[in-house]
Amino acid sequence: MNEINNLALLSTLIAATLSAGTPLLLAGLGLLVNERAGVVNLGAEGMMLLAAVAGFALALATGSDVLALAGGALAGALAALLFGVFAIYLNTNQYATGLALSLLGGGLSAFVGIDYVSRNLPRLPLTGIPWLSDLPWFGPALFRQHWAVYLALLLALLIGVFLQRSRAGLALRAVGESPESAHALGLPVRRVRLAAVCFGGACCGLAGAYLSVIYTPMWVEGMVAGRGWIALALTPFATWRASRVVIGAYLFGGVTLLQFHLQSIGVEISSALLSMLPYLATILVLALISRNPVWIQRNMPASLGRPFTPGQ
Amino acid sequence: MLLEPMRSQLGVWRIERRPAATAWMRWASPLLALLLTAVIAAMLFAMLGKNPWQGLAVFFVEPLRNAYALSELALKATPLMLCALGLAIGFRANVWNIGAEGQFLLGAICAGWVALLDLASLGSVGLISLLLLAGMLGGMAWAGIVAWLRDRCNANEILVSLMLVYVAQLLLAWLVYGPMKDPAGFNFPQTPRFSAASVLPKLIEGTRLHIGFVVALLAALAAWLFMFRARAGHALQVAGLAPQAARYAGYSARRALWTSLLISGAAAGLAGAFEAAGPLRQLTPYVSAGYGFAAIIVAFVGRLHPLGIVLASLLLSMFFIGGELAQSRLGLPNALSGVFQGVLLFSLLACDALILYRLRRVV
Repeated sequence: MNEINNLALLSTLIAATLSAGTPLLLAGLGLLVNERAGVVNLGAEGMMLLAAVAGFALALATGSDVLALAGGALAGALAALLFGVFAIYLNTNQYATGLALSLLGGGLSAFVGIDYVSRNLPRLPLTGIPWLSDLPWFGPALFRQHWAVYLALLLALLIGVFLQRSRAGLALRAVGESPESAHALGLPVRRVRLAAVCFGGACCGLAGAYLSVIYTPMWVEGMVAGRGWIALALTPFATWRASRVVIGAYLFGGVTLLQFHLQSIGVEISSALLSMLPYLATILVLALISRNPVWIQRNMPASLGRPFTPGQ
Repeated sequence: MLLEPMRSQLGVWRIERRPAATAWMRWASPLLALLLTAVIAAMLFAMLGKNPWQGLAVFFVEPLRNAYALSELALKATPLMLCALGLAIGFRANVWNIGAEGQFLLGAICAGWVALLDLASLGSVGLISLLLLAGMLGGMAWAGIVAWLRDRCNANEILVSLMLVYVAQLLLAWLVYGPMKDPAGFNFPQTPRFSAASVLPKLIEGTRLHIGFVVALLAALAAWLFMFRARAGHALQVAGLAPQAARYAGYSARRALWTSLLISGAAAGLAGAFEAAGPLRQLTPYVSAGYGFAAIIVAFVGRLHPLGIVLASLLLSMFFIGGELAQSRLGLPNALSGVFQGVLLFSLLACDALILYRLRRVV
């Protein structure tokens, strides 16, 4: 009897970790691509918030999660386009511009979202993957999830292959390592960077819409709650490798859940203190990972954060 | 970019990039950005079906309408000014502390803790001095974590300082829902009201404006002396602008990191202490209206210069008051203030970049 209970608990834990890790994975992968092209976008949190409210509005209006997530991705990409034009073409400071996007995204999403506060979306029934989700043991936990969970994993695989095995991926990395050499080779450095930034925005947008439409599902001001910043910490954690972003995202997803599980097994700690865990874990991991400069710099794009103007 | 030469009877002209910005442009840019923000704001009001002039008046005229309104403007400018002065010293040293919000909250928590202790024997002056000191130390400790992790582990200060904002918010929530909750407060998340001995002296009777504003102005003067007249301030800026030159001159990058973060933390913590002991008089989960984040905008709009920051903090204070007025007068959400703050920073970045281009006669 006890074994069945343990199995059920472990099943729930796996299912919840997959779900909680998905927004971090989506956003982390997007940021990985745009950092590999040499651009740091500190606007992740703002893009996710804008996409969260856009996705929520679309879901409420159409009832379709496909449209909602696509709309979220579009909103994220448009926000990233604004950042990209500033940081890449006008050569504004990348940190300042990203911060501006985070502040604007926070303000604008709160303003637009005021009518959506305390509106409810129906929770979608999860159909899961036929046959596989009927497997015993962890079948339902692993295979009866929203399709975006699998989309995120597929994206990780595709981005990994793209960056390490494709010619276009090589070009993108060249732009991030040495824009001067890439330019001399005839690569359109600024266009590659803009495309990478918009892709990053679209992924952050997917992540934001996933949060408001599938994960919660509701809209509250500031509901992304720092996940954009945690996703930014994922790229150094993963030393800019797609496979390690997957590990990091589920690890942090698991930590966000820890508070619920600790409470459910009767740990007497206030929920506010337990809610600190993901942020403290991020700080701890950043500190540990940054201690070793060789490790961190092995895959770090050499021109990360450096602007480039052709002909100068 | 428009880089093709334009031919006319007046000769051949082209738009080209200037090698460097001149001094007057550095100051013209924020004004231009403000104008651009006002234009965008007017368009937004029109889109929302409001009279644009009325909308702009709520943000840029109403906060100045009489003496009381001006006192409120100065009251809200106080935390913005203090936080931004600290941030500017950091930004000049190329230390990207963006967690002033967290340091502000720690200042408020520590000041609130002192204000709730039974310290009536200290007298009013003693108690107020002690709670302001506690606020500064609280902010310094919070920023000190960032400096320590950056120094010892090379952890990115942007991410660490921001993560600590969330931790500070949750710490405050835990305190006001738990250990510091007012037993007679009908279970509201708030501490008891601070004792009468901790009331800050008012600058003008009948308003909420307290000595914090004067302290903030003095802090601006101190920041100016530190930046432009002190050797330590100079060393810190060289470390930010040219790390190798700084090393050659024997200026320590570690000292720049610690100094700038501890100063930012102390300033933000002091701002939090003033806010708690001044207008609020108790701790709630809503101690900050987002002053720590808006201070980043103040620092940039004020060109990281103390005088500019004094002016910019008054401007951003107008945005905060305008947001509240937009809610009561026009029925628009208060969040509008945040939208305009973001637009202002983007406009500033755009003006800074575009002002670098000039029209020059080629032939």
